[in-house]
Amino acid sequence: MTHIAKPKVRHPSLPKNAIGLTRRDYEGTMSTLCAGCGHDSITAAIIQTAWNMSLQPHRVAKLSGIGCSSKTPTYFIGEAHGFNSVHGRMPAIATGAQAARPGLTYIGVSGDGDSLAIGLGQLCHAMRRNVDMLYIMENNGVYGLTKGQFSASADVGTKAKRGQVNRQPPINPVLLALGLGATFVARGFSGDKAQLVPILEAGMRHKGFAFIDVVSPCVAFNDHEGSTKSYRYTRDHLEAAVEADLVLPMAEITTSYDPGTAREVRFPDGSSVRFRKVPEDYDPEDRDGVDHYVRARQAEGEIPTGILYVDADAPDHVGTLDAVDRELVDLPFEDLCPGSERLEEVLAEFR
Amino acid sequence: MSGPKRAARGGERTPGVNDFAFKIATVNGTGSASANGLLMKTIFRMGIPVSGKNLFPSNIQGLPTWYEIRVSGEGHTARRAEFDMMVAMNPATYERDVREVRPGGWVLHDSSWPLPKELRRDDVTFLGVPLAHLCNERFDGARARILLKNVAYSGVLAALLDMDLEVIDTLLTETYDRKKALLDSNFEAVRLGYDHAKEHFDCPLPFRLAPMDETKGHILIDGNTAAGLGCVYAGATVAAWYPITPSTSLVDAFTGFCAKLRKDPETGKSRVAIIQAEDELAAVGMVVGASWVGARAFTATSGPGISLMSEFIGLAYYAEIPAVIFDIQRTGPSTGMPTRTQQGDLMMVAYASHGDTKHIALFPAHPGECFDMAVAAFDLAERYQTPVFVVSDLDIGMNDWVVPEIRWDDAYQPDRGKVLDADDLERIEKFHRYLDVDGDGIAARTLPGVHPKGAFFTRGSGHDRYGRYTEDADAYMDVVDRLDRKIDSAVERLPKPEVHMSGAGAKGDAPASAASAGGTGRAAMGLVTIGGCRSAVLEARARLGERGITADVMRIKAFPFGPEVEAFLEGYDHVFVIEQNRDAQLRSLLALETEFPLDRMVSVRSYGGMPLSAKEVIEAVESAVAGGGEARHPADLSAAAETAEEKAAHPSRRRKRA
Repeated sequence: MTHIAKPKVRHPSLPKNAIGLTRRDYEGTMSTLCAGCGHDSITAAIIQTAWNMSLQPHRVAKLSGIGCSSKTPTYFIGEAHGFNSVHGRMPAIATGAQAARPGLTYIGVSGDGDSLAIGLGQLCHAMRRNVDMLYIMENNGVYGLTKGQFSASADVGTKAKRGQVNRQPPINPVLLALGLGATFVARGFSGDKAQLVPILEAGMRHKGFAFIDVVSPCVAFNDHEGSTKSYRYTRDHLEAAVEADLVLPMAEITTSYDPGTAREVRFPDGSSVRFRKVPEDYDPEDRDGVDHYVRARQAEGEIPTGILYVDADAPDHVGTLDAVDRELVDLPFEDLCPGSERLEEVLAEFR
Repeated sequence: MSGPKRAARGGERTPGVNDFAFKIATVNGTGSASANGLLMKTIFRMGIPVSGKNLFPSNIQGLPTWYEIRVSGEGHTARRAEFDMMVAMNPATYERDVREVRPGGWVLHDSSWPLPKELRRDDVTFLGVPLAHLCNERFDGARARILLKNVAYSGVLAALLDMDLEVIDTLLTETYDRKKALLDSNFEAVRLGYDHAKEHFDCPLPFRLAPMDETKGHILIDGNTAAGLGCVYAGATVAAWYPITPSTSLVDAFTGFCAKLRKDPETGKSRVAIIQAEDELAAVGMVVGASWVGARAFTATSGPGISLMSEFIGLAYYAEIPAVIFDIQRTGPSTGMPTRTQQGDLMMVAYASHGDTKHIALFPAHPGECFDMAVAAFDLAERYQTPVFVVSDLDIGMNDWVVPEIRWDDAYQPDRGKVLDADDLERIEKFHRYLDVDGDGIAARTLPGVHPKGAFFTRGSGHDRYGRYTEDADAYMDVVDRLDRKIDSAVERLPKPEVHMSGAGAKGDAPASAASAGGTGRAAMGLVTIGGCRSAVLEARARLGERGITADVMRIKAFPFGPEVEAFLEGYDHVFVIEQNRDAQLRSLLALETEFPLDRMVSVRSYGGMPLSAKEVIEAVESAVAGGGEARHPADLSAAAETAEEKAAHPSRRRKRA
């Protein structure tokens, strides 16, 4: 069986969002991943987020590389344009598409193999360019489709299902992103949808590259004793370091904040992230401080989660191209072709 | 026209008015490029067909570099490997440079220091000018002296070759329009060399220039500049690239033209996105992404880049996404010789990427075609929703050629292919991305964000005609069989081969028009070639004709080959296939894609990295003719026989008729 269409079941009482769509309208085909896969929970969080945000499905471009994670774009927003590209090279597709048509919402889904091994270069350069997209890295520490090899995010000492122990130090995606100058760095857990959904929404509203490392256990190959990417290990070591609310433009603020501690980072669309609980002296706009904090927590064996770092002011990739405001794909040919008269002037140089 | 003097027989030609070649040996990074450019343009402005071949090292400064200038009143633009004069400005290469002049030729050298006796030759005339001394006396500053020394040899040449000083003056004024000091010193340097030569030598030399009217309506341009301009005119809005010799100047030219021609008059912002990618993989990925959303996007690279891009090229082929890729070929394999030319990527571009793939490729022969084919490539890529290669090379891309003026038809409208817009989608019940509704092998596509009904899933994994993931044999084959039909059907829109049949006047190849020429009668011999070999092959045809050997020529302009290609081949017992690579790649492609048997194609190959000369072609053909009734290149006899045997043993290698 190669793909499974989801039966359309309409329930009249399903709640509708601002554009009259139900959560069901943001679903895709049936998942063909293993039952209990963390990735399916992330898919559910994406669906919830898109519904919350009332995204026009066809105005979403969902892109991926290759791997279990990269299969998931078929499982959400069926009416979005999908692009399952080649292994580790989704950022290039997104970068080119975004340059020509920046008005769409770009959601990239990748995995730790796709992002940290074969695609590490492209990930780094998408961060460096600050391509305006949400980039979700579904992190399970293993290669699933090829049956359980360690990935570049596997911790030293973690044990594979068949008993081998990993000796290679991992690439830490959060520290990598901070080091490379990513403008939005977050970490979530597939098992904590309540935390993940606002992170995803904030990432989508961020004008720039929003990098979200989501720990997403692999039930088939990396959910056993001795694994540091299992549900159990993650639950035991996860630490919601930063708790934040997303404040929408014009939305009523219902949470009360302790005046001394609340911080707010504003996005260009008028929304903002309001940090509700942050550790003492934690500044989500201080790259070095966040880096230091994450390292310190890790040294303690914790996996800090939340929206860890935001730089809402950096120009995104399109902003650095000095291109006209109108989307390049919409420019009429007359505006692009200089015509025969100008050609005469141009050729003077070659006579 | 001042007729060149010609020897009665054989390959030796005495140089004459407007028919000679000289070579300039200098050091990279000493400003010789400007001096050589000045010489080229002066001759061009005097109305005389001229061609220049820049033989430069992969280096910024310090290594030897050469520039060959051929003057041909007849309009032959191919490299002429025999030099009537050497301008030996680089002591490091004196020895080989002096050796390279033909017997009876001239050597112009800097006599500021004595020329070692052992380098002297009795059969050439040495003209010494103390250029360094002259410049050191006249100019201040070490850098200026070095740069102006090269301008000064131009002045010497101006006197020796009877160049029009007024033309030089005008050119310098145009170049240094706003830099009075530079203008003065450059013109002074020209005069310095000119006056010295007039005073000390019997000017002009027996071979010299005489004004003509043969470059009217022509321009002097390199292929990469013309291709970059073509991309502007074709309406490309996204260029993504990674620097690599010899393709870099294509994107540089595009960038320069966009700065002038693609600015929004009100905001000053650009109507283009030019992205320097982190590598060629990303570059072509960005092109695919931009094309996917509907932009006309391209990349320019060379062989090593195509190797890296192959994965995405396969995706674009299978997922049916337009992409325009310029391959400015250089000498391979691997890094090879980055600053030398070759046609070594023919096989690679035809079938780039794993699995069953086949790509449309266009093969320009000169800069004029680089412009035209750049525009055509975007139309074809969008019409057939597939990658299209424009396969140029270093010689075409980076050297200056005299070509008919580029023209633009304002009635041109881009062929965007089958793209359903919002209204189309509103009308239809359901959209299926890979469903061949029209029965022509091309399924309509939609662009992201246009209409809810247009959404589909683009994937490089197995898919059925509805765009759904599949691992079903029939559903898979249904799509890949259509792709095969689609690419083969493209021949109807591809440029037909340029054919010269006997009865045609054997005039020079350029600046004559690129249109097919000649009578209908067939000669005994067929010459088949591709790309930049055109000029050498047409010149060889003319020379052979003078010696009573008539030959017809077919220059292939596109892949897949159309029926005209096979029809031409079938007209001859044997044909010569002339190309610039070791492995006879064009011949292999012809054997694979037509029914014409390999053992009737005699391979003539030149693959040392230099542009092809007519001499090489003439020698190959003459030795084959002398060898007996069959027109075969002796060196290839055994190889051809071997391959024929092999093929007989493996009949399955014979491909189906295209």
